[in-house]
Amino acid sequence: MAMSRDDVFKEVQEVLVDALGVDDDEVTLDATLMGDLGAESIDFLDIVFRLEKAFGIKIPREELFPAESMMNNPEFVKNGKLTELGLRELREKVPHTDITEFQNDPDINKLGDLFTVGAIVNYVDSKLNAA
Amino acid sequence: MRWIWIDKFVAFDSGKCASAIKNVTLAEEHLHDHFPGFPMMPETLMIEAMAQTAGILVGQAMDFKEKVILAKIRKAVFHDFVRPGDTIRLDAQIESITQEAAGTTGRITRDGQPIAEVDLMFSHIDQNLAGKTFPKENFVFTGMFESLVRDIIAGGAPAESEHR
Repeated sequence: MAMSRDDVFKEVQEVLVDALGVDDDEVTLDATLMGDLGAESIDFLDIVFRLEKAFGIKIPREELFPAESMMNNPEFVKNGKLTELGLRELREKVPHTDITEFQNDPDINKLGDLFTVGAIVNYVDSKLNAA
Repeated sequence: MRWIWIDKFVAFDSGKCASAIKNVTLAEEHLHDHFPGFPMMPETLMIEAMAQTAGILVGQAMDFKEKVILAKIRKAVFHDFVRPGDTIRLDAQIESITQEAAGTTGRITRDGQPIAEVDLMFSHIDQNLAGKTFPKENFVFTGMFESLVRDIIAGGAPAESEHR
């Protein structure tokens, strides 16, 4: 399937408009899913299901939004912040997400800010190109 | 006692789709208030009927071992009123199902005419990512809901009763 990044963005935009009940113009590449678009935990699964359908891809559990499952691991989280090991794990799990800024203050409450529309577009784009 | 809001299943394809019907009657007390002089089935209760149809479909797909909880109404669009005396048909389909959740799509019709489109998400709450724990016993599937599908899954039971 030859899809440009722009096409991928448009499709992702439509998925998020449907899943989160937001307007087109709110879904920018920089928008965060939780902070800006008001996504809650069940919405993440809804988004995964909708992306799978829209793009005809299979998204393995935790591949797109792996952070939640890391929260309960004391090796990864200490005093509300990600440990070195946690950061390494996160970097490995979300290569499509830019975590440079987050590394300076890896407060787990800010993890939600990492999930941007752009990160989803990157993920889907890499998935389609790998296929 | 569980509150059962559909009357029977008329089709059931395990893990894929299911169809149920509900007869609406003026004997349902809430219809006298909703609305006085113009009784119509509340749309929220149409969503409940679809949640039961689709929820049982999802529960059966996991052999009723998971606690299946309605987690999100993904879409609810209504095209027409449902009045006392109407029979509505609820067609539910599993769109996606994983260890922790399921997404369903659904249509409600009356005599083939569209009444509503209701798409839902269900959570298998023991598999929640937050790691919360819930009581061991399955308080969702206590036997009442399963009895609705027992005959149609066994196949032939309704037909057998016709021969008697």
